[in-house]
Amino acid sequence: MVEIKGVRDYLASIDFFTGMKEEHVELISGCGELVQFKAGEFLIKEGDKAEKFYVIREGEATIETYVPGQGAKIMMTVKKGGIVGYSWLFEPYRSSFDVRALTDMRAIQLDGACLRGKAENDHELGYHLMNRVARVILKRLHASRQQMVDVYEKLERKGA
Amino acid sequence: MIAEHAIPSHEAAQAPDPMGPQPFRVIKVKEEIAGCTTLTVEPENDEAKKLCFFQPGQFHMIYVFGQGEIPISISGDPSHPQQLVFTIMGVGTVSRALTKLKAGDMVGLRGPFGNTWPVEKGAGKDVMLIAGGLGLAPLRPTIYSILARRELYSRVMLLYGSRRPENILFQEQLDLWNKRMEMNVGITVDSADKKWDGNVGVVTELINDTSFSPTRTIAMICGPEVMMRFSAHALMDRGMSPKNIYVSMERNMKCAVGQCGRCQYGQYFMCKDGPVFSFEQVEQLYKVREV
Repeated sequence: MVEIKGVRDYLASIDFFTGMKEEHVELISGCGELVQFKAGEFLIKEGDKAEKFYVIREGEATIETYVPGQGAKIMMTVKKGGIVGYSWLFEPYRSSFDVRALTDMRAIQLDGACLRGKAENDHELGYHLMNRVARVILKRLHASRQQMVDVYEKLERKGA
Repeated sequence: MIAEHAIPSHEAAQAPDPMGPQPFRVIKVKEEIAGCTTLTVEPENDEAKKLCFFQPGQFHMIYVFGQGEIPISISGDPSHPQQLVFTIMGVGTVSRALTKLKAGDMVGLRGPFGNTWPVEKGAGKDVMLIAGGLGLAPLRPTIYSILARRELYSRVMLLYGSRRPENILFQEQLDLWNKRMEMNVGITVDSADKKWDGNVGVVTELINDTSFSPTRTIAMICGPEVMMRFSAHALMDRGMSPKNIYVSMERNMKCAVGQCGRCQYGQYFMCKDGPVFSFEQVEQLYKVREV
């Protein structure tokens, strides 16, 4: 018999939610649904209202921006277990970059307004959710700073 | 203190006069990426042949006649000592002259100098090789050595970061290594357009995404100093000891035999005590800002 996993089971198996109370995972899963994307489809469009938050179950997505005359510039790839979209947490709830499926993808789509409402009602849940999102933001901030430093640059060296 | 992986002195003693360049002829020139060339050179006499026996991590001083002499890490296979292979990015007077050499041209070589990557220490363990940009070239002899005796090692991982897809060094060889399944190859670039279907992000993110046991892994990192520092910290954040993390340092050198002091780095002479150090040895020096 094929086992049908629900949103809750998938969430519980993802690192992002590790250590969270079962009741909190249950609450969060109430805001989610299982979705699929074909390679090339957009999960999030830059400038749109930020209403969704995705946890990648299978496949990869890119965070990118379109530069006229140059095309899409990819800034990072997010893999299985990664999350994309956290602008739903912060006003004015507007997406800053495009997110595109690099391969065929399966994900859990979580509704931002639903999550915000539950976090308002249960501040402990809100803290744990915010703490996890902050960790992701911190990692991406560090990565962006390393990209700015251009760590692979071979410097011009006098006499070399 | 000299690193435990230093070359025994009796081996160094067999080499010809370390200060006298030996003649080598360029037999093959390959442009790898923009501004970066791989030169294959062969010894012109029996004395020069003695310079071809090296271990992964070592370097030669290459003299371009009329231009000057610079240290270049060997990027070829240590099991093929009939010729030497160097991969050079033109960033200064001498290195630019090297990238303009043609087959048939002559150069002078001294060496090999320096200590080696701790290839033997990795036996029985997982080995993580982390390269950034041109840093893949000095690590390539290590990869050849490990793959030649693959049964000695558990998992072998190569994590490689580059600025953009067109800056990826040894692309064909990376594809080949990946296909052979003897080594997990992870490649990432800092930025790309839609034609690139690989990973985009910094090399430290590849470390975060890789599953490994911090207590039974040995890491060797090669690339610009700032990249090695970030990578070493990412490994330590995962629980690795700085004793098991190795980096290859780069400084301007002159004599290459620890006499002139040009490459002094704290208590070490880069040419003699290095270029390979455990991160434990150099961690404090990494924090010192140059004036």
